[in-house]
Amino acid sequence: MSTQHAFCAALLAHEPGCPEGVFSSNGADPASRFAVYRNNVHSSLINALATSYPVTRQLVGDEFFRAMAGLYVQTCPPGSPLISEYGGTLADFIQAFEPAQSVPYLADVARLERLRVRAYHAADIPPLDQSRMLAQLNGQSRLQLHPCVATLHSPYAAVTIWAAHQTEGAIASVNPWQAQSALVLRHGLAVKVFSIDSGSVAFINSLRRGKALETALEHALQASSEFDLHQCLGLLISLGAITDLDQKVSP
Amino acid sequence: MTHLPHHTVSPAQVPGLPLRAGLGLKSEHFIEVLETRPDIGFFEVHAENYMVAGGPFHHYLGLIREQYPLSLHGVSLSIGGEGPLDCEHLARLATLIERYQPQSFSEHLAWSSHGPVFLNDLLPLTYDATTLNRVCAHIDQVQSTLKRPMLLENPSTYLLFQRATLDEPDFISEVVRRTGCGLLLDVNNVYVSCINHQRDPVAYIDALPLQAVGEIHLAGFAEDTDSLGDRLLIDDHGAPIDNAVWQLYEQVLVRTGPVATLIERDNQVPAFNVLQAEAQQAERLLSQVTA
Repeated sequence: MSTQHAFCAALLAHEPGCPEGVFSSNGADPASRFAVYRNNVHSSLINALATSYPVTRQLVGDEFFRAMAGLYVQTCPPGSPLISEYGGTLADFIQAFEPAQSVPYLADVARLERLRVRAYHAADIPPLDQSRMLAQLNGQSRLQLHPCVATLHSPYAAVTIWAAHQTEGAIASVNPWQAQSALVLRHGLAVKVFSIDSGSVAFINSLRRGKALETALEHALQASSEFDLHQCLGLLISLGAITDLDQKVSP
Repeated sequence: MTHLPHHTVSPAQVPGLPLRAGLGLKSEHFIEVLETRPDIGFFEVHAENYMVAGGPFHHYLGLIREQYPLSLHGVSLSIGGEGPLDCEHLARLATLIERYQPQSFSEHLAWSSHGPVFLNDLLPLTYDATTLNRVCAHIDQVQSTLKRPMLLENPSTYLLFQRATLDEPDFISEVVRRTGCGLLLDVNNVYVSCINHQRDPVAYIDALPLQAVGEIHLAGFAEDTDSLGDRLLIDDHGAPIDNAVWQLYEQVLVRTGPVATLIERDNQVPAFNVLQAEAQQAERLLSQVTA
């Protein structure tokens, strides 16, 4: 086993330990020195998760979050040096994490926070000129959405719970058992979160899959008969979320 | 009416880092820097923080780069890793360098990835012939891919390896000699490692190839104890620069002359003016050796 392989295994082990072949010049137990590296690895990754998931952390408290994140780090260490992308599977981990079951909406709040991080760092693509879009738009149009645009459907009031943690002071009573959907995108430099209806989720997801406008509208109306095309399209246009439009017929 | 001299080179366009103090650029300070245009010699950023497609980080760095010289500091290339260098990561570095044209690129004498796992820390190397050959080959690859020399930063370490056959300064000297890379002399790392390994920091510095120093780092450390109750210093970039490190810095400057000097603070980031005061302290010491 190579030196770095043994070092790596000891860094990620569940129990503190020390690889062989290392020593301290003063004769101190090398495990007491190795602990610095182990702590650096764990705390830097837990801190990165705490930064990406601030409301998830607030919902369970710092101590619980750090313990949970520590187990996640050991189970799913980063597979890339791009730390802003680390933790993409934390919500799934939370969903299966027994001690977090008493906060059933925790995983969806984490999913919402992940979409916010992705939107924050998404590519800069200018929106399509509005007058050009309106002149060309028809049922066969396929709208390209900005890469920052994402939706989330939750059986819980994930948007309201998240929003309640954005301001200081007492949190108004929230009924977490009401299903909610979210639209997450970046407008200018700021990431925005909107509560949207299930028809809008179906509509946006259909556009995302390259469906023509009339097909996306059908999907939206199947999801919710109250879907309002003008309101949803107006929201997307006003937020610069449509970047291109083409009229090619779907294969 | 004032007449601007012809052919004035904007400070942001100078070929190398100025022999002044710089600050690590933190996202908390983006707007303040743009609004107040503080008199700072240069800014340094961690390359990996800007390996994102778009958004505010690129927006603000682009605007700040128009005004200031830039040092691009990599923290995750794993130059000392046993495996091959991550070519995708190297390509991302090349893209950033192309985009921002930094005056300097630096990385660490350390490893941080093993196989598919990225450990997000600067981990220690066994200083022997095998590691030396590998580190030199990786630095050759970096410099040929990026088409520019890089600066290599000395690490802070907490352990030693029984199989090591070279001292750290000798190892670094040989890397510099073989690859032609420069040295980013982290004075805090020298102090931390020398306390941790019971070495004389001045003797350590005198054993380095000081003619190759292209940048200096100054930072604060945290203090712990090991199993014997001895001081164990931890490079955490989370505190003001210690007096002992300022004193060591003065001794370095006597030997090197003025060198671009970065104040690093990555944790418990204070108000901008607190960091600026440390930069001014470094500039006072720099001006003493200039005079």
